[in-house]
Amino acid sequence: MKDVIKGNFATAVAAKLARVNVVPAYPITPSTLFPEQISEFIANGEMDAELVLVESEHSAMSAAIGASAVGARVATATASQGLELMHEMLFIASGMRLPIVMAVGNRALSAPINIWCDHQDTISARDSGWMQFYAENNQEALDLMLMAFKIAEDRRVLLPAMVGLDAFVLTHTIEPVDIPEQEKVDEFLPPYKPLYTLDPQRPMTFGSFGTPAHYMEFKKSQTDAMERARGVIDEVFSQFKEMFGREYNQVTPFMTDDADIIIVSMGSMSGTVREAVREMRKEGKKVGLLKITTLRPFPGKKIVELTGHARAIAVMDRNISPGFGGAVFGEISAAFINRERRPKIYDYIVGLGGRDIVLEDIRHIVESTEKKISDPSAEPVEWVNVHPEEVIE
Amino acid sequence: MVKIYPGAVIPRPATALVNKTGTWRTIRPVVDEEKCKYCNICWQFCPDTAITKADPKQKIPVVINYDYCKGCGLCAHECPSGAIEMVEERK
Repeated sequence: MKDVIKGNFATAVAAKLARVNVVPAYPITPSTLFPEQISEFIANGEMDAELVLVESEHSAMSAAIGASAVGARVATATASQGLELMHEMLFIASGMRLPIVMAVGNRALSAPINIWCDHQDTISARDSGWMQFYAENNQEALDLMLMAFKIAEDRRVLLPAMVGLDAFVLTHTIEPVDIPEQEKVDEFLPPYKPLYTLDPQRPMTFGSFGTPAHYMEFKKSQTDAMERARGVIDEVFSQFKEMFGREYNQVTPFMTDDADIIIVSMGSMSGTVREAVREMRKEGKKVGLLKITTLRPFPGKKIVELTGHARAIAVMDRNISPGFGGAVFGEISAAFINRERRPKIYDYIVGLGGRDIVLEDIRHIVESTEKKISDPSAEPVEWVNVHPEEVIE
Repeated sequence: MVKIYPGAVIPRPATALVNKTGTWRTIRPVVDEEKCKYCNICWQFCPDTAITKADPKQKIPVVINYDYCKGCGLCAHECPSGAIEMVEERK
């Protein structure tokens, strides 16, 4: 059924379609509409779930961990400072191998306080052992959320997953979305069958003590599960395409085959880049786009395959690691390490704190990359559309 | 060899019994069986459940389980009859 909905409604409806049992949540802009919508679904009798209203995001994730450990299918949503407050519990969820699914309305971090979009929140959680998916539009937010349950709950994986959707640009923007039929979702996503459950009748210890003698083995097995997720993601993406007709890839190329410069992007800005690529192609510029949907597990090999032939890669990072550069730039550079032939790789810091990313910015990125290719001393990291003259040091 | 389950799960209860933590102790509680009034306050306070309950009917005093007692001294501190003394462990 086609409808016009906000991104937060898309992720909430995905949780409803997934027949989630428990939603522990604490409201935070721009994800507040998610628990509100779940509450409405439950009140209307459309959804049979427990909404647990907690006193903080740390408690929200703690409750999610507890509910998942007893065998419930669990979803929640947060953003920005909320995700940071959860940070400690994120590692516990993944270490305990609990397939919790969380929508994150990607929002900038304080200070200065800012409620608008960038990817700093989830980027800062990328070592937490959660799978990470980034949606370009509301349809992707719904679909990725649904697929996240199936991937996370697969016995070969058993890891939590977060689905990033850009603050306001997606969370609060109304777009046409095809909402799958409940019957088909039930067929696609059978009830969660946990490997172990907390049950007073059969006592067990979850997340037990790991001494130096065993801790590394735990972490290695958790990392191996993330490696296995690569194959499971591809399987689930192709099953989803068969059943619902929409195609997903860990990385999606657009006009990259003969491209000299390939722009790498993530989230909603990919739509703007695609438009800019179309325009520049008309002018005869050989540019392409590679959209990253899956940041964890990191699809390094696929990125190398799809971009290795280019003269240069221009990474658009909607995050900054002060004293380094953008995270995606670092990871793509690492993916190419030890390869004899590799493109030049440049980093463009864009759209922090909700600054709009417009066609002129993409054009500037391409022009700047063209200049840097022939200049070995060129700075690899550049901030786009920023005005240092406004700053008093 | 230790078996490591996904999620650091230990799928059976009471497996910690194999870890005899009594070796951590530097001082040990010693019960004066004459002074013990069988009130079981020490049993209630013991954070390691290392005390076997006294039986007031049979007049059997509490028994410390030295396999697991870590020598925290809470029992001696809480005993209203002064029936538990902390004594230094010797080789």
